[in-house]
Amino acid sequence: MNSAIDHATAPINQQLSSEGKISILRDIVRIRRFEQAALKQYTSGKMGGFLHLYNGQESVAVGTISLAGENDHIITAYRDHGHALSVGMSMNECMAELYGKATGCSKGKGGSMHFFAPDKNYWGGHGIVAGQTPLGAGLAYGLKYQGLKGSCLCYLGDGAINQGAYHESLNLAALFDLPVIYVIENNGYSMGTSQKRSSAFKSCLAERADGYDIAWDTVNGEDVYEVRAKTQVAIERAHEESRPTVLEISTYRYYGHSVADANSKKYRSPEEIKQYQEHHDPIILWRKRLLDEGVLTEDQASEIDKEAKAEAKEAVKFAEESPFPEPKAILEDVYYEVDQGTEAGKTGKHFFND
Amino acid sequence: MRTITYRQAINEALAEELERDENVVLMGEEVAEYNGAYKVTEGLWKRFGDKRVVDTPISEAGFIGMGIGASMLGVRPVMELMFWSFAYVAFDQMINNAGCVRYMSGGKINCPIVVRGPANGGTNVGATHSHTPENFIANTPGLKVICPATAYDAKGMMKSAIRDDDPVYVMENTKLYGELGEVPEEEYTIPLGVADVKREGTDLTIVAHGRAVITALKSAEILAAEHGISAEVVDLRSIRPLDEETILTSVRKTNRVLLVDENKPFCAVNAQIATMIQEKAFDYLDAPILRLNALDAPAIYSPPLEELQLPRPEVVVEKALAVCK
Ligand SMILES: Cc1ncc(C[n+]2csc(CCOP(=O)(O)OP(=O)(O)O)c2C)c(N)n1
Ligand SMILES: [Mg+2]
Repeated sequence: MNSAIDHATAPINQQLSSEGKISILRDIVRIRRFEQAALKQYTSGKMGGFLHLYNGQESVAVGTISLAGENDHIITAYRDHGHALSVGMSMNECMAELYGKATGCSKGKGGSMHFFAPDKNYWGGHGIVAGQTPLGAGLAYGLKYQGLKGSCLCYLGDGAINQGAYHESLNLAALFDLPVIYVIENNGYSMGTSQKRSSAFKSCLAERADGYDIAWDTVNGEDVYEVRAKTQVAIERAHEESRPTVLEISTYRYYGHSVADANSKKYRSPEEIKQYQEHHDPIILWRKRLLDEGVLTEDQASEIDKEAKAEAKEAVKFAEESPFPEPKAILEDVYYEVDQGTEAGKTGKHFFND
Repeated sequence: MRTITYRQAINEALAEELERDENVVLMGEEVAEYNGAYKVTEGLWKRFGDKRVVDTPISEAGFIGMGIGASMLGVRPVMELMFWSFAYVAFDQMINNAGCVRYMSGGKINCPIVVRGPANGGTNVGATHSHTPENFIANTPGLKVICPATAYDAKGMMKSAIRDDDPVYVMENTKLYGELGEVPEEEYTIPLGVADVKREGTDLTIVAHGRAVITALKSAEILAAEHGISAEVVDLRSIRPLDEETILTSVRKTNRVLLVDENKPFCAVNAQIATMIQEKAFDYLDAPILRLNALDAPAIYSPPLEELQLPRPEVVVEKALAVCK
């Protein structure tokens, strides 16, 4: 039934200007190009740790975050580069973070899984599966407590829904009427485990919200109009009624769980991946949509891609040329009071190496 | 003797115990069909099937607690944590339930469970993935915790851990999984609570556990070659139960002690060792005991900086020279 509706007609999409539509394409393409550049540098040994790529899922972060206003906040898990770029973080600070450089968004201290930009309402970047879900409820609690009309978009994976923290958060969100929106980015797999092997459910994952009397919906993530239309309903619910929502957005990741995922082509077939890349790719689909609408020309589209590629290349250069943190940085940013040199920070011993 | 990796050694221990006792069951995220995130359980699902090797959802509190519950009934679960850092999601189960139920039931219940997985920094996975909670665990009477440093120890101790009737928490190390070591073909076990002198020496005792043992051994070579100092390296292997006698015997011989530990310094395992030595061998000491730990901050991501955060041979040597001054 869903597919019969053309979500382009939703008021929030009707209001979208041509520039707005093109800007969404640009954001999606920028994520893709950033991730490609990161992959290349990771593979040549320029980064440590893990690299969880967002390729294939771009329309989810971009579509939902395109609706975020002044008091709408964002928090996600470790697959966090797409959300970071969507909230307006620069490719430079993100790439430098992957390199562990002092110019990175977390001064090289967090790495790929831990990007933060509270000045852009972006609260990370969390490495522990579902660890961000109570924080999402907490951000919503804070907004409500301070009397602000806002919401928190809290993203999690299809595997993360099985953590107790998520269920406890749902209960709190419903019980306390919190303006939080849980966005389940259902890419079908948690590492090498398919949704069917990890989760018990009746019709879908979002339906668990029913047990908490929380409104929920399922969303086709490849359609930017649908993502925006349904997210807008949730944001209005948060703003006007201070009530939570669970959205399950279907999507797909093209690469392995992380770049180190040795089995990435074993637990799902190459045909399955190819089928998504050819028929459900968010860039191809949105670009076609805009071309069909006459909002975009082929030339503009390739210009956007060229620019994004150049920006990513520039970010790599920036990261390469940036310095590593000084060794003394290891012991900075541990305690606020110590860093600020306050009385509290100077009282008692805080560090124990000597 | 043949050499195999630390990873293969654990894999063999698991396979042999699955074979030996049908109550042994392996559980964890990606342990079965995926063969383990770090391939420690490779081939076991194929060999032993769905009943014995079980993939769980990402629900550490739930599945670890489930394992503890099953162990009360005599099942012998061996639970994998993809990282020991994820134990923090399941701490209530691991501490309050597995750690206290025997005591609170007046000895009527016991939990023959093993929880195992890697617990280490040094791989640039950031603060949330680099915890080393052996000191937290050792602080809970009722729990046992071991940190094998070599393939031989990992296999022999894992088998003892699985046969033990108390909860045993095994901390491995992703940086050791690929390390080769001599492991006999014949079956053997290593009792928990027995330290091992990994290198004999006369001038200085270096006590360490886990990967810090490897760091200590490298440092001992430098000390011998460049400074003419003969360092003895005592590998704790087991944190609780602790082999105090092996440590004390070494201290009585060398009269000087350096304690190397990848734990953060506050109440680290080596803080306990230092206290114990000064209580029981004070008169044998010719110099104050020194400790070397990870730099006291959450694990930094930046690869070259994280290398500085953990104990490394240059600093061990520096500290050793200070003890021997
Ligand atoms: C508490 C905890 N357990 C396990 C992990 C290891 N881990 C990281 S991501 C992941 C899979 C999560 O899958 P999903 O929630 O579907 O998100 P996706 O990776 O598909 O975006 C696992 C098992 C972790 N980081 N934290
Ligand atoms: Mg997933």
